[in-house]
Amino acid sequence: MSSAQIEIQLIASLVAIACAIPGTFLVLRKMAMISDAISHSILPGIVVGFFITQDLNSPLLILLAALTGVITVVLVEYIQKTGLVKEDTAIGLVFPVLFSIGVLMIAKKANDVHLDIDAVLVGELALAPFDRLIISGVDVGPKSLWIIGGILLFTIGLLVAFFKELKLSTFDKGLAASLGFSPAIIHYGLMSVSSITTVGAFDAVGAILVVALMIAPAATAYLLTTDLKKMLGLSIVFGVFSAISGYWFAHWLDASIAGSITTMLGVLFLLVYLFAPNKGVIAVLYREKQQRTEVSLLTFLLHLKNHDEERERHVNHLNEHINWQKVRSKTVLELALKNNMIVINNNIVSLTSKGDEFTTQAIDYIITNEDAQIEDMKDDFFLFRG
Amino acid sequence: MDIREYFSLVFSDYTLRTITLGTAILGAVTGMLGSFAVLRKQSLLGDAISHAALPGIAISFLITGTKDSNTLLLGALVSGLIGTFWIRGIITKTHLKSDTALGLILSLFFGFGMLLLTFIQKQPNANQAGLDKYLFGQAATLVESDVWMMAGVTGICLFVLLLFWKEFKILLFDKDYAKTLGFNTKTIDILITSFIVLAIVLGLQTVGVVLMSAMLLAPAAAARQWTNSLATMVFLAALFGAFSGVFGTAISASQNNLSTGPVIVLVAAVFVFVSFIFSPSRGLLFKQIRFIKNRRDLQLHKTLAFMYNIAETHDDISHPHEIKILNNFQGFTKGTLKKLVEKNYVTLEGSTWSLTNEGFKSASNLYNQLTKNDE
Repeated sequence: MSSAQIEIQLIASLVAIACAIPGTFLVLRKMAMISDAISHSILPGIVVGFFITQDLNSPLLILLAALTGVITVVLVEYIQKTGLVKEDTAIGLVFPVLFSIGVLMIAKKANDVHLDIDAVLVGELALAPFDRLIISGVDVGPKSLWIIGGILLFTIGLLVAFFKELKLSTFDKGLAASLGFSPAIIHYGLMSVSSITTVGAFDAVGAILVVALMIAPAATAYLLTTDLKKMLGLSIVFGVFSAISGYWFAHWLDASIAGSITTMLGVLFLLVYLFAPNKGVIAVLYREKQQRTEVSLLTFLLHLKNHDEERERHVNHLNEHINWQKVRSKTVLELALKNNMIVINNNIVSLTSKGDEFTTQAIDYIITNEDAQIEDMKDDFFLFRG
Repeated sequence: MDIREYFSLVFSDYTLRTITLGTAILGAVTGMLGSFAVLRKQSLLGDAISHAALPGIAISFLITGTKDSNTLLLGALVSGLIGTFWIRGIITKTHLKSDTALGLILSLFFGFGMLLLTFIQKQPNANQAGLDKYLFGQAATLVESDVWMMAGVTGICLFVLLLFWKEFKILLFDKDYAKTLGFNTKTIDILITSFIVLAIVLGLQTVGVVLMSAMLLAPAAAARQWTNSLATMVFLAALFGAFSGVFGTAISASQNNLSTGPVIVLVAAVFVFVSFIFSPSRGLLFKQIRFIKNRRDLQLHKTLAFMYNIAETHDDISHPHEIKILNNFQGFTKGTLKKLVEKNYVTLEGSTWSLTNEGFKSASNLYNQLTKNDE
């Protein structure tokens, strides 16, 4: 591993961490798409800043671009407040317009300057180590490393200082406001941090892929935990993991590093989306199937309780009467037998005393619909799952 | 180049005619379907789908090796549909919210697409250049067959829209009611979402992945301000979209170095801006005017009530009072005083005012009338 390679991975990891922290809060506050809007609409800010400073890494440019990001948020909120369109439409209207202005400014003015829309959108991490920061003749490392490192320190500082306020206002806005934390300040603070991070990272991973680094690790972590601190930690781990593995994947494929980091994030999300223990798709589908069976069982038991006639309780008749498929009635029948809810004599099904009691309880619950009753039922239902 | 010259060029010049027609048709179809996206609160879905289409373009190029736009757009359609249904899957099956799902699919698919594009660029194949035109779109690459395809798809969209108009409408405004009436809401839902995807994919070549969502939203958001009827809205949106296309093409053709996509988006944004401000019923301008008028009325009533309170203390209601007295009172302006005189409620004489009989009567009934009106 050459020192350039180490530096690239270091930059990528720092970007991933710097994005994961605000990203977690954006996902929790249901503002993920705002980050997409910001990442597009900082373009005119970058272009104007570039015209002034002629340097893509100048702090003034970062500030200007971050300001454009905050302006986007304010504009979106203003349009939304007029009540003419919904919030998502407001977002969808504001950022393409700002982005178009940026694109046209580049096309008109910056034709012969080194500022490429592709570079802004996609970034070129591979070139980052060659732009060195030199202080009084001493080479102290790549510029973007210092920039993103500074932003990361700033973000971490804010996170530690305002963790409690952020947490409270994210989960209970009303309580936070009534306790005297201004929701507006926290909101715009978070927006400013997101803007600054986006701008700082656009050089390395490109403006659009910042969105991936913000949302994907947080969303993946959210599927695994509901604890805020764990979620923050997990998103950072996911971000760094994809940054490093993405780098090597791109190295092997000889393709865009940013693209391959995003692909890694995608693979990670897909895996968690499918296999997460409680909230993954497979777990959810399995649970839904079980719940369907439970409801079927309940229907079946209620039917038995309602009918004393032997004719109605014949196994074959049940098949027709409740209109179930063979397999399904067999599953339900076996489940009931296993839990000693029913006995079968000469193909006539009858409730056991346990089943009878259970069914009475169920009817009580259905009639009264009181939550106190369902607590016991939950335990009973848990039995079936065994 | 003046306007007349430009118009004669539109009809005589092949490229310009093709592009103008193409962008006009594109604007019309996206405006039409965009109305549904906006009303279904799926505005950002367009953004997600257009980004999600990128890997489809790259993969279909990798498989077929041709740059035929129909083949590439087919790939875009497939990957756009996969993205859309994955978004639905995330929203329905997990506790992640719709904004997270949209942002996720958008950025992940786009990143994957970029990976494939850069991978393709490194391939030893001379044919690969020009794929990145799908990023920002290049209307100049439109040829007649593309326009024919757009027209064909628009025709199909229009046909299906008219055929299922009532189903779409009822699903849009009252999903539960549609369900209880026995409509298969899932199928209708999938049908309309697929058409939105189709419209987006059509526009990729012209406007590009990044700006496509604005084509979907802007005409619809503008049209929404002028009407409360769905049919009118869809029609207006199509009209606005088509005009954005035509004007955008005209502006970008008459200037150097202006790519068509962003200009069309900006023209559409102008439509939105004008609609937001000047629409008679919802526009900000008329809303503000109404607001000011209401406030004036209120101030007038307040002044009248204040005068009434003073006049009441005198035996003669038309006893003159100094105007200065009114200065203590906040609602008073010269304008309201003038209006009161116009209404013949008050007479002015030098620096004094006095209530007329009529003014006294209406002032004494002021609050009674209000309560009566409230009932």
